[in-house]
Amino acid sequence: MKEVVINPITRLEGHGKIVVILDDAGNCVKAYLQVPELRGFETFAVGRHAEDMPQITSRICGVCPTAHHMASTKTLDDLYKVEPPEPAKKIREMFYNIFMLEDHALHFYILAGPDFIVGPKASKEERNVVGVIKKVGTEVGLRVIQTRKKLRKLMEIIGGKTIHPVLGLPGGISKPLSQEAVETARKVSEEAVQFAEFTYKIFKDVVLANKEYVDLITSEAYTHRTYYMGLVDEKNRVNFYDGKIRVVSPRGIEHAKFDIHQYLDYIAEHVEPWTYIKFPYLKKIGWKGFIDGEDSGVMSVAPLARLNAADGMATPKAQEAYEEMYETLGGKPIHHTLANHWARVIEIIYAAERFRELANDPDIESKEVRNLPTATPEEGIGVVEAPRGTLIHHYQTDQNGVIKKANLLVATQHNAARIALSVDKAARSLVKAGQIDQGILNMVEMAFRAYDPCHACGTHSLPGGISVKFYLYGMNGQLLRIVNSEDLV
Amino acid sequence: MNKPKIALYWCASCGGCEEAQVDLAEKILDLVNLVDIVFWPVAMDYKIEDVEKLPDGSITASFINGGIRLSEHEYVVKLLRKKSKLVVAYGACSAWGGVPGLANLYSREEILKYVYHEAPTVENPQKIQPQLKIKAEEGTTLELPEVLPRLLPLDLVVDVDYYIPGCPPTPEVTWKAIETLLSGNLPAKGSVLGALDKSLCYECPLNETKPEKVLIKDIKRPHEVIADPSKCLLTQGLMCLGPVTRGGCSALCIKAAMPCTGCFGPLNEVMDYGGKAASYFASIVDYSDEEEIKKVLGKILDPMGIFYRYSLPASRLRGKITVTRR
Repeated sequence: MKEVVINPITRLEGHGKIVVILDDAGNCVKAYLQVPELRGFETFAVGRHAEDMPQITSRICGVCPTAHHMASTKTLDDLYKVEPPEPAKKIREMFYNIFMLEDHALHFYILAGPDFIVGPKASKEERNVVGVIKKVGTEVGLRVIQTRKKLRKLMEIIGGKTIHPVLGLPGGISKPLSQEAVETARKVSEEAVQFAEFTYKIFKDVVLANKEYVDLITSEAYTHRTYYMGLVDEKNRVNFYDGKIRVVSPRGIEHAKFDIHQYLDYIAEHVEPWTYIKFPYLKKIGWKGFIDGEDSGVMSVAPLARLNAADGMATPKAQEAYEEMYETLGGKPIHHTLANHWARVIEIIYAAERFRELANDPDIESKEVRNLPTATPEEGIGVVEAPRGTLIHHYQTDQNGVIKKANLLVATQHNAARIALSVDKAARSLVKAGQIDQGILNMVEMAFRAYDPCHACGTHSLPGGISVKFYLYGMNGQLLRIVNSEDLV
Repeated sequence: MNKPKIALYWCASCGGCEEAQVDLAEKILDLVNLVDIVFWPVAMDYKIEDVEKLPDGSITASFINGGIRLSEHEYVVKLLRKKSKLVVAYGACSAWGGVPGLANLYSREEILKYVYHEAPTVENPQKIQPQLKIKAEEGTTLELPEVLPRLLPLDLVVDVDYYIPGCPPTPEVTWKAIETLLSGNLPAKGSVLGALDKSLCYECPLNETKPEKVLIKDIKRPHEVIADPSKCLLTQGLMCLGPVTRGGCSALCIKAAMPCTGCFGPLNEVMDYGGKAASYFASIVDYSDEEEIKKVLGKILDPMGIFYRYSLPASRLRGKITVTRR
């Protein structure tokens, strides 16, 4: 057998490497996505002051620091048994939705956009954000850049820092909003909704209007039938900040709906010897290996999974787009991995609309944004939906609030098994008869890119960094070549 | 004319440094007009092999973020060193180890044991652990890079020309540093770029409310008190590290009523940031009675996480050594 290696895999957060194994006829028989990272956050959390955890765990991921910061802050609420005042909750949720919006926009335009907007088989010199701007025009490019800049500036005003925010404390936030911040938020939220609609239009014009892309999205090479998990509100609608965890089966039937305090009953982690990432699965179904279907505990999180696990969206324009997607792709749940890009745009619309609702809520002007904790800390669990899926923090402390034990279940991890399946299936479907060029290898990379994985998050446990490398191995295990995409053209 | 070549790489980092670079916003477009980016895994598809093919010394500057935690990081930074005229440690992790450097308080084995065997969600009856080399069912050997015994700052692995501070460096600091590098008028080797050699207090909007000599009767942890955002946080008993930290961030955390945690690191001439910070706090406790002093300083239950949060691997302490008895 032969093998091809892509190293590093690119346009994702963190490090990664893909090994493609070929038989003598040059057909791919197996592909592995290995994650070479591990940093040990749970271990070195021990001994820290609990109130420092929102700022320490944000360093798991600088792309989604707000997700860790907020999951950790909510864990502190639970640890100190202190309920934040209503205005603090609303400001936190608003802050969180601004973050979801700008983070999803980053992925759509900068990380994944090149595959659709420039083209999956374009040359690698073009297949990046600069290529995207060339294609959509400088005006559109600048609009994306400027909108993101405004959103992130607003996050700085509310949260201190955009990358590694500091507002979260048990029982609320560090500082009320100034009148100026409130006005800026209201103004920017209007622009955000327009930006979301404009992004949806680009998605429709560039992706949905192109039959080749739609065929790609719905092709079997990018399809897996797994369980789906996400946070839902009391009406089973998507919520990023709070709610219950709901899991639906590959047939769309509710498998579980539980409060975060029960997570240990529902989720367990499997270990493999060939990668540093761990593979969470549904405990009640069990780990049956890297297979999909109803009998396998493999689950999926992130935009498509969240939409699949919910009954709808809580804002009008997002609900409209939600219905349109399910109608077009033939009902629920959708199993096409690449439909994550569509779901992500729907979530951009929801995040913008929810941001506008909260920005216009008079409560956010309140100066009552903290309740000081009085209880003795012992144990706390918190959850949010990170851009890349369900994120769970769990701490135990001594009576002085010093961490004794921490467990972190991170979004990309929940997706890790399905991502492994996706990369393998895409490679087996696309790499045939020794035909390998950089366009095909990029299409294998697209199988993971759709999830917007964050390997820095996924392996918070130790080393950091992502890049993919294709290693081509023969059946006898000899390394045929490490693919340098240029040589393959 | 050939444009200068730039490489950007991440090691044991979080991606926040990349986000900070993307936050240059419109200036990114200026940057791509001024330079050719030859390696940037977060945003571009060039692979390690592409870098290996470049002639030695052909990259004008490599900006490396993240500490060195894996054998793979070591390989890539040595490769970039060889290919580059200048190597710049970008951000706190690369300069001093950063938050993931706190892992040096534990051994690699303790980390692996917890992650793969002891974490409450792990179901691992067969005691599987990731292997550096493992034969896959298909006969191929799959390899993983080795987790190094401890995390190292970049300059303990390769020669470093300049440092850009911050967790992460702000876009303003980044742009100032790039301008300095492109100006052709290079500062002395080892310089910190993009920030001044003055403490954060110097640019803090609350500095006016800080007395000439700060004295405190008590130490408050951030969750214990609602801070007055218009008054020097130190005088309210919060452990703001502004006085011992390099300025340059424009006091972002303090503007949100949270104390500085020291991510811009030490001023020039300070050998050990954490030691400096600890001695500063020891000097401002306003008691002469030893028991009283002990009581106040005893509220700091995590001196490593507070004083050495970003700099443990580069400090004189380096970390904790675990001695195994035979």
